[in-house]
Amino acid sequence: MSDKVIDRAAFLECMAWCGTGVVYGLTGAGLVGKPFDIVSAASAAEIPGAAATFVQISDTHIGFHGEANGDVVGTLKAAIDKINALPRRPDFVMHTGDLSHLSKPEEFDTVKQLLGTIKTGSFFSVPGEHDVINDQGKMYFSMFQAGSPTPWYSFDMAGVHALALTNVINITAGGILGRDQLDWAKRDLAMQKPSTPIVVFAHIPLAAVYPDWGWTTDDYAELLTYLQPFESVTVLNGHIHQVFQKNDGKVQFYTAASTAFPQPKPGSRPKPGPLTVPAGELSSYLGIRNVTVHQGDGQIAVADATLAS
Amino acid sequence: MHFKIGSAALAAALFLIVGPASAFAAQSSSSSSTDTHVSIDNYAFKAPTVTIPAGTAVVWTNKDDDPHTVTADDGSFDSKGLGQGDTYRHVFTKPGTYPYHCSAHPYMKGTVIVQGGN
Repeated sequence: MSDKVIDRAAFLECMAWCGTGVVYGLTGAGLVGKPFDIVSAASAAEIPGAAATFVQISDTHIGFHGEANGDVVGTLKAAIDKINALPRRPDFVMHTGDLSHLSKPEEFDTVKQLLGTIKTGSFFSVPGEHDVINDQGKMYFSMFQAGSPTPWYSFDMAGVHALALTNVINITAGGILGRDQLDWAKRDLAMQKPSTPIVVFAHIPLAAVYPDWGWTTDDYAELLTYLQPFESVTVLNGHIHQVFQKNDGKVQFYTAASTAFPQPKPGSRPKPGPLTVPAGELSSYLGIRNVTVHQGDGQIAVADATLAS
Repeated sequence: MHFKIGSAALAAALFLIVGPASAFAAQSSSSSSTDTHVSIDNYAFKAPTVTIPAGTAVVWTNKDDDPHTVTADDGSFDSKGLGQGDTYRHVFTKPGTYPYHCSAHPYMKGTVIVQGGN
């Protein structure tokens, strides 16, 4: 275990409270240190002076029919209802991948229609490995990222500069960003002011969460070097279907809950995969993430809410 | 589950579904008692290495509810995404060693060794 970047005890300690609906306080310079009191996602949007919010959802897996969730459309609808009930309409919503379960055309079509019912200014997504399993993502990119000539892109919204990365193509161990994307990220970031809050989205964790299960990105360290000049960096990922938080210097790293089904805690089972939980408890394992961006000081607050809360 | 989708999308979907399905039907109709079966179970190919005579086929069946692929390391064959219960059959005509993996979970590895037929 000593070669793991994150040791398991720390991970499990985090897991003990990460999934319960916690607001973390982040400043431009880093994590304030402790979670605030447990509050609902709505409270984050009511922080005085907040001027913008965005929402992350992840791993909707439309097309999944396994024991862990017989109605992934229903749970996505519940997640969307939760977003649409937020007191402040999010400036944008980002889906961090695995929109579909098997990259089938009807799965993409269904999820696109459902996501179209979200009340938000803009919708973005990055692909998960399930979205590129048949054709290297050709259909996914044509349906969800048609506006971008490359599988990666950036945008300025809600007071942040956001990078939307693809790290699921031609993977050989963990995720891979690749030379072209890293070169692009370096150029893109070089044009930003150090005081601009940076938010980085990708599907597979851009940190060594659990390499034995491929829960890492092989070349994430190079990306981190390009992020060092910035006062506020928030990395938001999916893939592992559970909330995990890590403070790596200036970089605040979070994975998100799925809207479809949970996965085991790292090492708690021989293999990853859909985890069946006791009947009636599923909604407490699924969730959405509301992020509040304070204008002026660039302070960012991340709030996870389960579908049960 | 029931969804309404546009007729254009439906036509596109049907085209895309019927294409591979037809190809698969043609393949499965030629299934043979000489087929070697490999199950994909709990994120592993079982057995990870199989040795077969040239001209015979391997049939993979995904038993997991997570999708997997059977993808040759050299790209010479690719099942694309296999859902739970889906099968993929590939006939190996040339002797040689064929390492493969799951493109969604690259730590899942297997090898087909094809022995000469003469």
